[in-house]
Amino acid sequence: MQRNVFSFIWRFSRLEQIYVLFLTVASFPFLYYSLELPKIIVNEAIQPGQEAGSVFTVAGFEFEQIPYLFVLSGMFLALVFINGGFKYYINVYRGRLGERMLRRLRYELYLRVLRFRLPRFKRMSQGEIIPMITQEVEPVGGFVGDAFALPAFQGGTLLVYLVFIFMQDPILGAAAIAFYPLQAYLIPKLQYHVNQLGKRRVRAVRQLSDKVGETVAGTGEVLAHDTANYHLADYTNRLGEIYDIRYEIFRRKFFIKFLNNFINQITPFFFYSIGGYLVIQGDLSFGALVAVLAAYKDLSGPWRELLNYYQRTEDIRIKYDQVVQQFQPEDIMPEEQIHEDRPLTDPLSAEITLSNVSFAEDDAVPSVDGVNLTLNTHTHVAVLGGSGSGKEELAMLLGRLLVPSGGRLLVGGQDMADLPNSIVGRAIAYVGPSAHMFTDSLRANLYYGLKHRPLKDPVRDDAEQAVRRRRLADALAAGNSAFDIAADWIDYEAASATDAQDLQARALEILALVELDADVYRMGLNGTIDPAVNDALADRILKARLSMRGRLEASEGKMSSLVELYEQERYNDSATVAENVLFGTPVGHVFALDGLADNPYMQQVLDRASLTDDFVEMGGKVAATMLELFADLPPGHEFFEQFSFISSEELPDFQPLVARIEREGTANLRQEDRRRLMALPFKLIPSRHRLGLIDDTLQERLLAARKMFAADLPAEWRQSVEFFDPAAYNAASSLLDNILFGKIRYGQSGIGDKVQAMVAEVVAELDLRDDIVAIGLDHSVGVAGARLSTIQRQKLALGRALLKQPDLLILNQATGALDGGSQGRIHAELRRRFQGKGLIWAPHRPGLAEGFDDVLVMAGGKVVQRGSFRDLAAQQGGALATLLESE
Amino acid sequence: MSILEEVDLLKKIPLFANIETSKLKLLAFTSERVTYAPDETVFEQDEIGQEAHIIMSGEAEVIVTTPTGPLTVATVKKNDFVGEIAILCDVPRTATIRAKSELTTLCISKDLFFRMITEFPQMAVEIMRVLAQRLEKTTKVLAQAEQELRTARGGAK
Repeated sequence: MQRNVFSFIWRFSRLEQIYVLFLTVASFPFLYYSLELPKIIVNEAIQPGQEAGSVFTVAGFEFEQIPYLFVLSGMFLALVFINGGFKYYINVYRGRLGERMLRRLRYELYLRVLRFRLPRFKRMSQGEIIPMITQEVEPVGGFVGDAFALPAFQGGTLLVYLVFIFMQDPILGAAAIAFYPLQAYLIPKLQYHVNQLGKRRVRAVRQLSDKVGETVAGTGEVLAHDTANYHLADYTNRLGEIYDIRYEIFRRKFFIKFLNNFINQITPFFFYSIGGYLVIQGDLSFGALVAVLAAYKDLSGPWRELLNYYQRTEDIRIKYDQVVQQFQPEDIMPEEQIHEDRPLTDPLSAEITLSNVSFAEDDAVPSVDGVNLTLNTHTHVAVLGGSGSGKEELAMLLGRLLVPSGGRLLVGGQDMADLPNSIVGRAIAYVGPSAHMFTDSLRANLYYGLKHRPLKDPVRDDAEQAVRRRRLADALAAGNSAFDIAADWIDYEAASATDAQDLQARALEILALVELDADVYRMGLNGTIDPAVNDALADRILKARLSMRGRLEASEGKMSSLVELYEQERYNDSATVAENVLFGTPVGHVFALDGLADNPYMQQVLDRASLTDDFVEMGGKVAATMLELFADLPPGHEFFEQFSFISSEELPDFQPLVARIEREGTANLRQEDRRRLMALPFKLIPSRHRLGLIDDTLQERLLAARKMFAADLPAEWRQSVEFFDPAAYNAASSLLDNILFGKIRYGQSGIGDKVQAMVAEVVAELDLRDDIVAIGLDHSVGVAGARLSTIQRQKLALGRALLKQPDLLILNQATGALDGGSQGRIHAELRRRFQGKGLIWAPHRPGLAEGFDDVLVMAGGKVVQRGSFRDLAAQQGGALATLLESE
Repeated sequence: MSILEEVDLLKKIPLFANIETSKLKLLAFTSERVTYAPDETVFEQDEIGQEAHIIMSGEAEVIVTTPTGPLTVATVKKNDFVGEIAILCDVPRTATIRAKSELTTLCISKDLFFRMITEFPQMAVEIMRVLAQRLEKTTKVLAQAEQELRTARGGAK
């Protein structure tokens, strides 16, 4: 990467820069002429006292005065157009050039992040990298277009004016530039300090961003240890530092400006004094002095521009240096390793040989120290050792997440460090103790290991194709990746699948192997489908609904009914009032529970069902109850969240309202207060809240409102509610809710489990399980997998590695979070599946390696024992025996 | 049954007799009312307890496992409070409770119970008083039992 911003710009935009320069120069005569023309118009065309009938010649044509004036004015107008056009074209061209270079720079930096060796990230945090790539390089883009053209243009202009002044009078010329050497000497000196401060500022802001990132990541610890104030103080201190630096920069910058202005203003002093003297002495004509003064005024423009340009250049240079320095580590992965797509023709060679392999970070004690080994990649090897024994590093070296700092690691005679990622990343699967999950669906995370290259172009219509072609051309022009993100990247073949459907079947099989299927099934039950896309499944869910209904009715005798079904003609005691009136699931925010009382259509329905007053009345009672129950609790108490209809912030507002209702009833309340009260009853679930507010007659009237709501719903809001219809799939509800088609009743012991069991029966009967698991695969894992438990993440990471069917699987404490039972089953199944293939296993407990015929025991970065587990464990006082004792 | 009725019921339980109505309302509102069919188990002996129950209606048997088999030691009915020992001192359930008829209880989770006590000290005092009374009673019974045992041994000699 170019160490200097100018060489970067020149290297990648040479031709464009020359073109911009050429355009700038080409625009010059027009600009000059547009300044010249007004003078001609005034002096020649308008000038009174021209002899009548005098004739003017323009380009060989002769004109009288009036037509001459119009011709010149017309030319002036044309020049205005041409100048504007030039400016517009050059600006757009420069802007695009800048964007292209910015994009190239950002791409290059990101590519470098991907090329960093793992240990680099121990020294460089996410919080530092992100602002560098996003903000710090941003001004470079704006600068690129100006880099060469601006100094050339302004310098040229300056030169023209200077020559003009010298032509008038060499002494005045000398006076005009007398201070330039001083400025040229002084300004860089002063600027140097500003540059140093600029560097410090960049570093300080980077550290600030790092701290913010750290705080976000460690919020839990901050809460757990009450250290918020400590962080606030630290943050304040950093802000103070940045404040000081910035303040200092401002002071110095404005001082430079002041100095410049002062020097620029002092030159006219010489003109007036020396020039005036010369005029009086008769050595200089008065006209020439005026001309020089005018020229000098014009001179200050370009000069100031040049000085500004200088300051800006320095600023950009620092920013570029500061960023690029961070992205130039010595040990960076060669770029070809990422790009080279060498097909994996043979399975991984049968032997991995380590000769004198060491690994050390910086100058620390090596964690792997001169290991000599030969491993057969068709057998199973366990690597054991205590913490700090080097077993983790050895596993990572074998997975090429790390490269040896000494010695050689050969695979079939080739140095592993030289193999392209396309071979290592496909033939080997490494799973560490805390594999990362990407913020996407479970499916995307599971298929992640199959996305190496785009394999099938997406289907696009002509317009989309044109857009893609243009964007591809732009990407190539900026040196970006030519690969299409919208393509199908999944390597089905690698998973022994033929198509998406087949792959999903394989994925389900693997989910069962890593015992994640039950979890995914649950997620699937709570997931939604679009019946327009997935109509076959929707139909089967409706069958399940029927079957469920049959079962519920059959069980009615033995136990009181478990689920209160949605019935058009009956009020549902287990659902909210809102659900009872809507009799459907809200889609989007129009009929969402929180804003229902403010919805004009809902208000209208309530009015027509003459329920408005009842709602206000009920709202008053609910508010009074809430006040009675929760007013004593401290704000923010968890009861509010769990039980209250009114949040702790709003509760005090209801106090005067409730007091007023107690005094004079609800009749004279303000409209706004009535609205607030009306919002409360919507959340009532009679059988759960037991407030005794909804009696039989009110239920009848709510049912009437339900009918009105559905009957007159305006067409524009048809899409905003999905009505409950026993014969139709409800796209807005989860699969489970669609099967139940009702609400689980409150207040029966263990009712949740009973319903679950019944649903499981129905699912088994209709053979729906796989489909539901498949829906669960589309469940989002949250930011970095945060919605999954540690156990689920480990299982998913394992599944991801298995799906791509590696020749060699390396497990580095990859099952530590799992419970004993599933660990045992998964381990046994893995070993069975990898019969005849390579499996290198560094388990979290040495005892787990029982049954391995090839066990390496490590201590202090060296292999101290090798042999079958049984033999080594039997050696009294041996390394393995000691390890097993301390387990 | 509405919350107000539940509050009336709670008031009749000695443990809650002296506690403000509004607090009882909060207790009722935040607890779940659970119905059990006859013969259904409320909780099992030796389980770890997570909630206490106040019986609102119906009856239940208190069954203790003995070397000779299960033994019904008592019947609990409306207004009785069961399961509080396990949530107060983290010991496994000391007996099994099984519904004799259709049974409705107010189920107070351990979390909720402790939060109520921390939030409203007068409730804690009340509970202490009731427990102290029980202890006093138990001590008396124990003393009596020891007395009887001693007399019986003396008689045997």
